[in-house]
Amino acid sequence: MSQRAAPRTWSYTRFQQRFAPYLFVSPFFILFAIFGLFPLIFSLFLAFHLWSPLDGVGNWKFVGFENFQLALGPTDMFWKSLKNTVWIGLLSGIPQHLVALPLAFIIHHSLRRFQGTFSTILFLPYITNAVAIAIVFATLYSERLGILNYLGGQLGLDPVRWLGDPNLVPYSVAAVVFWRYVGWNTVLYLSGLQAISEDVYEAATVDGANGWQKFWYITLPLLRPMMFYAFTLTIVGSMQLFEEPFMLLNDGGGSGGAGLTSAMHIFNTAFRDLDMGYASAMSWLLFLAIFTLSMLNNYLFSRDGGNR
Amino acid sequence: MTTTPAQRAAPGPRPRRARLPWQRVPIWALMLLACFLSVVPFYLMFVWASHPSAEVFTFPPHLWFGDAFARNWQGLMQVTDGQAPRQFWNSLYIALVSTLTTLFFCSLAGYAFAMYDFRGKAALFAFILGTMLIPPLVMDIPSFLVMNNVLGWVGEPRALWVPGMANAFGIFLMRQYIMSALPRELIEAARMDGATEFGIYRQVVLPLIRPILATLGVVTFVGAWNNFKGALIMKLSEPDTMTLPLSLRRLGGGATNVNVDWGAIMMLVVITVIPLLIVFLLASRQVISGLTSGAVKD
Repeated sequence: MSQRAAPRTWSYTRFQQRFAPYLFVSPFFILFAIFGLFPLIFSLFLAFHLWSPLDGVGNWKFVGFENFQLALGPTDMFWKSLKNTVWIGLLSGIPQHLVALPLAFIIHHSLRRFQGTFSTILFLPYITNAVAIAIVFATLYSERLGILNYLGGQLGLDPVRWLGDPNLVPYSVAAVVFWRYVGWNTVLYLSGLQAISEDVYEAATVDGANGWQKFWYITLPLLRPMMFYAFTLTIVGSMQLFEEPFMLLNDGGGSGGAGLTSAMHIFNTAFRDLDMGYASAMSWLLFLAIFTLSMLNNYLFSRDGGNR
Repeated sequence: MTTTPAQRAAPGPRPRRARLPWQRVPIWALMLLACFLSVVPFYLMFVWASHPSAEVFTFPPHLWFGDAFARNWQGLMQVTDGQAPRQFWNSLYIALVSTLTTLFFCSLAGYAFAMYDFRGKAALFAFILGTMLIPPLVMDIPSFLVMNNVLGWVGEPRALWVPGMANAFGIFLMRQYIMSALPRELIEAARMDGATEFGIYRQVVLPLIRPILATLGVVTFVGAWNNFKGALIMKLSEPDTMTLPLSLRRLGGGATNVNVDWGAIMMLVVITVIPLLIVFLLASRQVISGLTSGAVKD
């Protein structure tokens, strides 16, 4: 008798063993179909149409690439908002990493006993409410009544319009973003440093490497994957910056729109002006910008011997 | 240098540099400054919440607590038409439901990806990771349209917590932890003993993954509690649905107008931030190590 040919009797035990994993992973796919895939396709569809939710389903007008042309043209705020976003991103992002890396290095090498305490304190800004913090910073920035101008006054400086001067607005917003995320990056780098084995350093010491050489030839290369990860998060996050400028400057982005980010502009277009097609087109353009910057970051990190 | 080769080669966890105390002063000064700058906005919001509105902006600024907590609470009740506790509850409700459902669905899926072999597993998992590449911003408009035109959930709290119940980040985090922390033999043994598949998850897996549940729990709670843009888009702005961030926006938006009740606003700021501080301080070590351990693997 062939064992194989024998029909297996149906048993609940075997049935549920086979299908349990599919059942367990299914919620994600069901939710993604409803709240992810379908909406994404719909949003791509809308990007080529003129439509407001008030027009009702089905009453959209095909406009081809008009939405994209409008966004990239000179009459709209989209380009300006994109430039604002990148500029604020650079102003907050570069200092974040320039400060976080040395801080992590100091905590790791010189303050080992207090690592937990320092990382908890530095991590605090990351978990707090952006709206609440923006209100606190808005009061610090207040032109006539804020602490910053008070302290400046004590030093004999003229009051500064932190949130009123279009030239200063990007810096004021970037400072809040910097404050919120520098600790998060420090903690990331710290955990990257902790993952590097002491043996490597000891071997280098035996070979006569000095402190600087160890940092340049061991720490930095081995920290590459973490730096890549941290950079990626910073890029993706800064390109979607919304809450801080929205709260500090109102939805228009302050005088001259100097603090209007792309996320704010898309939000206004979609939910204030109800121009869903145009807003969808802009959100895809922003997606493209984020994608391009991420690829650029990827390229910079995978070049010359980074074997991640 | 102050160290000798012998000291450096000394056995032990780490060769300690014998630095003179004064050499460490700049390091400590730098670290204390960094910590000070991290903490000072929190400190100020508590100070401001304890002074009468008129004194929030006095010069020189108050640097120590006042005695107007109760008065500012009354002020807050006045400017929110008595809705502040209700707003707190709305935020708490959304954050808690979000957290519990996320923990359940993500751990279940993470467990399946970590401990089962099934057809299509690799492709399904790759797909889930792939969805992490979509920036959340791109989803704002289409998800509003689904909520508004298809489901009619705009204005309801579930519009905020249902879509994220089973999310890619949570599943990934759970899978990484379960793969490294649970031996497959354990699952097999439970199966031999006649446990059902869901029974194994509930009785064997869940109790053993508490640490990572704490991590994902805090992250989800904080994210849901702070969800400002989502609440704004889904219009949780009626008295019975308004969350704290929206209320803050309503009271404190538009920056610095002196004529509003700043003591009351600072009271609301404090109320918004306190639960976050409590949740985080209770589990900070766990959260930080859980978040960073999964950061660059795979």
